[in-house]
Amino acid sequence: MKNIFSVFKRKKSGEVAKDRLKILLISDRVNCSPEVMERIKTDIADVISKYMKIDVNSMEIQISKTGMKSMNTSKTPTLYANIPILDLRNK
Amino acid sequence: MSEVIVVTSGKGGVGKTTTSANVGTGLASLGKKVVLIDTDIGLRNLDVVMGLENRIVYNLVDVVEGNCRIKQALIKDKRYPSLYLMPSAQTRDKSSVNPGQMIKMIATLKEQFDYIILDCPAGIEQGFQNAIAAADRAIVVTTPEVSAIRDADRIIGLLEANEFAKIDLVVNRVRNDLIKRGDMMSIDDVVDILSIPLLGFVPDDENVVIATNQGEPLVGSNTYAGIAYMNITKRVTGIEVPPMEFPKTVTFWTRFSGIFKKKQEV
Repeated sequence: MKNIFSVFKRKKSGEVAKDRLKILLISDRVNCSPEVMERIKTDIADVISKYMKIDVNSMEIQISKTGMKSMNTSKTPTLYANIPILDLRNK
Repeated sequence: MSEVIVVTSGKGGVGKTTTSANVGTGLASLGKKVVLIDTDIGLRNLDVVMGLENRIVYNLVDVVEGNCRIKQALIKDKRYPSLYLMPSAQTRDKSSVNPGQMIKMIATLKEQFDYIILDCPAGIEQGFQNAIAAADRAIVVTTPEVSAIRDADRIIGLLEANEFAKIDLVVNRVRNDLIKRGDMMSIDDVVDILSIPLLGFVPDDENVVIATNQGEPLVGSNTYAGIAYMNITKRVTGIEVPPMEFPKTVTFWTRFSGIFKKKQEV
């Protein structure tokens, strides 16, 4: 039964290729490996944690080439950090 | 005013030489004065794709070393009187030429030609550096595959670092049947990932193989790839051309009706 369902659920290979490339090219473009990205992430978390309580496990960082539209910075690589705050008060 | 265009891709085998030959021939068919330069020293190929391999006497390395005048190394095309080829050297290596020598040679060629098309070798080493040194515009060729797109992205980064003002994309070997099935990235996907302007796409067409076998560029012929290359050529000159329609997927019925049509024509 499981196999029958997986046939319908299977992600098309073109989609897989696009998703893989998007992730791959981010690290290619900034010339930094996933390990370096992980170190940046923990360093940011450490700094922010000094001031407020954040959810380190669900925080995300990402470098994208498109930049923010409102700032007219297209093509400039931009670092996005998504950091959920658990408690705004100073620890 | 002449334009110096480098055709590059990073990855090998995606269609740089085919694109160079067809765009060059296409421009000549529009009445432009064109010179095609094969910059792949040690692995020359543009001469065979153009069907001019029997006419080579002098080559690019002979010119930069001063063994002959530029004019002596230029081979006149069989089909178009305004099209010339400068072949690469087969028995030398990439270090025989440096970017400074390329800039100097191309400055002289600029006086005589409208378009100078440089067929770049694969890779990002000396040969690539030589090819891009004198160019002011680039055509990046890729196929809708992860390996080719990754290399194209790297090449685009290097071209941007070298302050290229104009970098355009050609997506080669596109198969609509695979795209429809979801097993190939669409042209929009590729453009979205690489984020440079699209000059056009070329369908995966067996006529390209046939044309290469015969040493005849197929630009302008009534084949899908021939039409696609003509559209790309026109867009290179700044003429706006609407995107071409995809070739119809070959099914049992279309194949059958194709046979029927041919019989009618005879």
